[in-house]
Amino acid sequence: MWQWIHKLGSPKIFFGMSERWLPWLIGLTLLVLVPGTLWALLFVPPDYQQGDTVRIMYMHVPASIMSQSTYMIMASASAVFLIWRIKMADIAAQCIAPIGASFTFLALVTGAIWGKPMWGTWWVWDARLTSTLVQFFLFVGVIALRSSMENRDTAGRAVGILAVVGLINIPIIKWSVNWWNTLHQPASFSLTEKPAMPIEMWLPLLVSVIGFYLFFVTVLMIRMQGEILQRESRADWVRKRIIAAVTQNNQPVAGN
Amino acid sequence: MQFDSFTELLHMGGHGAFVWSVYLITLAVVIGNVLIPLRQKKRFYLEQAARSRRDQSGESLKRDRLNET
Repeated sequence: MWQWIHKLGSPKIFFGMSERWLPWLIGLTLLVLVPGTLWALLFVPPDYQQGDTVRIMYMHVPASIMSQSTYMIMASASAVFLIWRIKMADIAAQCIAPIGASFTFLALVTGAIWGKPMWGTWWVWDARLTSTLVQFFLFVGVIALRSSMENRDTAGRAVGILAVVGLINIPIIKWSVNWWNTLHQPASFSLTEKPAMPIEMWLPLLVSVIGFYLFFVTVLMIRMQGEILQRESRADWVRKRIIAAVTQNNQPVAGN
Repeated sequence: MQFDSFTELLHMGGHGAFVWSVYLITLAVVIGNVLIPLRQKKRFYLEQAARSRRDQSGESLKRDRLNET
């Protein structure tokens, strides 16, 4: 097991493995995400209070869960890089940031669109909404900080510290609905309790959440492949790939 | 199926604009997350290929000049 993890720390080995996994991951993601979305959109019964707007939940809740999960995964990868100086951990942290930012953006926007018909307003400065907005700025800050620094190693360390410190926001988002009187409702899902919703409503939500996780892993793999190529562009195995890719596509090369 | 007709599906009980915009924005975020890294990867290959050709032609030019002198 440890040997296997150690192997994945090598960009070349990781790249090879990700190439083998990627077709399966793409297939699995489509297999879960597409039926899950159609289920939510066409077959879920309308809520007795919310009517058909309840269908927004099947995009909003997974996006929100992903926004927090991706931040925690990014901060963990950063911590691994800070402690053990494993290059792949920094590559992972770098690639997670824009995906996490996009999920957080999605959570905020879909929440606002859901808020308008249900609460009568697009936005309130409520604890849950505000802490999620802070989360979005943390992601943006992490991306901006990295791009502002020339030296890759220094950038990785600075970003790592910011990401780890930003973890403080996660429990604030999580328990904001319990600590303060908020307009936002408490969690719909918990690992320890049975959901309050009937099964025909929570099962598609669970499928949707799993689909979003799979999608995250898939796009993370694609991003990490690109980043590995960039960082290892002088390595022999990358040069060979470039030649292979160019001769295979036989495309005219721009600027030549 | 909760809807009897396509119009009903579009209408979403009077909340069509809200529900459908959420699904469209999600779709846009999903597509963006796939396309952006793929385009970056492609651009990387093209740039590197251009560079290696430039290096090669630069080297052959140097060789030619050396041969001339």
